[in-house]
Amino acid sequence: MDIKEIIKPENLVYSKSKVQIDTIMHYCPGCTHGVVHKLISELIDEMGLQEKTVGVAPVGCAVFAYNYIDIDWQEAAHGRAPAVATGIVRLNPEKFVFTYQGDGDLASIGAAEIIHACNRGENILVVFINNGIYGMTGGQMAPTTIENMVTSTTPCGRDHERNGYPLKMTDLVAQLPGTSYVTRQSAQSAPAVRKCKRALKKGIQNVLDKKGTSFVEVVSTCNSGWKMTPVQANKWMEENMFPYYPLGDMKDSEKGEPVSNN
Amino acid sequence: MKGNEVLAEAAIRCGCDGYFGYPITPQSEVMEMLMDRQPWDETGMVVLQAESEVAAINMVYGAAGAGKKVMTSSSSPGLSLMSEGISYIAGAELPCLLVNVQRGGPGLGTIQPSQADYAQAVKGGGHGDYKMIVLAPSSVQEMNDFVDLGFELAFKYRNPAMILTDGAIGQMMEKVELSDYKKRWTDEEVIEKNGSWATVGKPSTRERNVITSLELDSAKMEVNNQRFQEKYRKMEAEEQRYEAIQCDDAEYLFVAFGTAARVCEKAVEIAREKGIKVGLLRPITLFPFPKNIIKELAPKVKGFLSVEMNAGQMVEDVKLAVYDAGCNQRVEFFGRMGGIIPSPGDVVEALEQKLMKEG
Repeated sequence: MDIKEIIKPENLVYSKSKVQIDTIMHYCPGCTHGVVHKLISELIDEMGLQEKTVGVAPVGCAVFAYNYIDIDWQEAAHGRAPAVATGIVRLNPEKFVFTYQGDGDLASIGAAEIIHACNRGENILVVFINNGIYGMTGGQMAPTTIENMVTSTTPCGRDHERNGYPLKMTDLVAQLPGTSYVTRQSAQSAPAVRKCKRALKKGIQNVLDKKGTSFVEVVSTCNSGWKMTPVQANKWMEENMFPYYPLGDMKDSEKGEPVSNN
Repeated sequence: MKGNEVLAEAAIRCGCDGYFGYPITPQSEVMEMLMDRQPWDETGMVVLQAESEVAAINMVYGAAGAGKKVMTSSSSPGLSLMSEGISYIAGAELPCLLVNVQRGGPGLGTIQPSQADYAQAVKGGGHGDYKMIVLAPSSVQEMNDFVDLGFELAFKYRNPAMILTDGAIGQMMEKVELSDYKKRWTDEEVIEKNGSWATVGKPSTRERNVITSLELDSAKMEVNNQRFQEKYRKMEAEEQRYEAIQCDDAEYLFVAFGTAARVCEKAVEIAREKGIKVGLLRPITLFPFPKNIIKELAPKVKGFLSVEMNAGQMVEDVKLAVYDAGCNQRVEFFGRMGGIIPSPGDVVEALEQKLMKEG
């Protein structure tokens, strides 16, 4: 069969989302950001939310999220995305507002803002990319860096005596009555990506249904920061991060319920 | 009414969409009054107590970025915490209204009135080259009037505007004529007025709007800075405001704003009774500083006394204006610090000691 006979609209099974922008990719090959951006783009498209959506970009590699998804965006100061999103959504309760934050942004400098936004049950989706490292500034220790992991500021590995323990933010926010859906996902394989998309979709739907804060952590890789190949990074994540950050839903309930399901 | 309460009432009446704040003495009545008035039932205005000043200013950023009329208020230590956010707001060119009901510093300082945040307010405060429009009320009536004016100027220039007042005016009770109610903008009006830049939701008919202060290409970042500076020069050309009291025949001039200006008004009376021809120039906009009137008056007087509730901050701007006028009149300073309000008698004595002794 000739290739031209195959390329027909009725045979189309996959295409790039309409809100995904054609632009030069600034993320490193192997980085999880690209995959999650794609999933968010697809969902905004599929759910018809382009005109309703305002994204809040963080500081870090994903500060340029607004170069990839064709919606209105606000870029927040480091860690402040949940406060910025609060300002937007409180005055525009019909909008779909989401923050997209890394681990340094969300779990370190912005720990107060995320806890309080979740505790107030702000009607937003939080997408939390946890790759255990500060990617953009050159691979320093993050609050979620696991013990013994080598970074540029923990050259002998993270030692809890000196650096404290890796922070499980998702477990923390699951305890807050303001959150309705709290889950931990990953995006290193096709099945994981499909699961992650389902989780993000549920989070978005919860916001549309005004159920309070939805929180989707994506355990991610930063192969450049980790000084690994993309394949090695995925394997390292599965072997080292998943035991400490186990995947799955931590809470799926109504806003107002005091603690997580498990 | 109390100055702080008037700020709250004026916000509701001028069609403000949202207030985000954090309690701090001596301005907590602003949010208390708003919560008591429950404007969400009356006008739909949102009032939210944030977890910190840092969060409050970023809520302002988000809501202002969505094209809404929003404000916050705080007192000196709170403004230091907000300075990060104010810099981002100026860098992203967002309109909003900030109020600083100043108290004495540095550090936790005191809860008594002060003007020690003058430099922080007019020279920037946060990082980077930026300016805010700074309005200095000297009465409870002006606390009312400057809320609406502040919003008007903020939106005219897409820039943060600040009311710089102090604990004395915030806590003071005076008669006030409240403004008439203005309707809040509808969503359609927000889109019509601010839809070209604000995050109102992207229709297919326009490019996406991105609220950001980031530009990694330094050539482009310089162009952005040049645009900001052009805007600040336009403010300097068009927005200088002041009140001149008995300046026509004056041989000496007090320059004072806010509470210090009220003290100086009395000092002018006392001095005139003693036969000293003195007037008061009261800057209403601290940025843009009313240089033009100082340049105009400088050749006609023997000297200036800048009276402030700080260690001498505005006096530098008075000196610069006199220098710009090509004059060499003496510019002296008198002030009290740490929450002390100078007395009119002290001010007259300072005038005699610092400016008139050798003359």
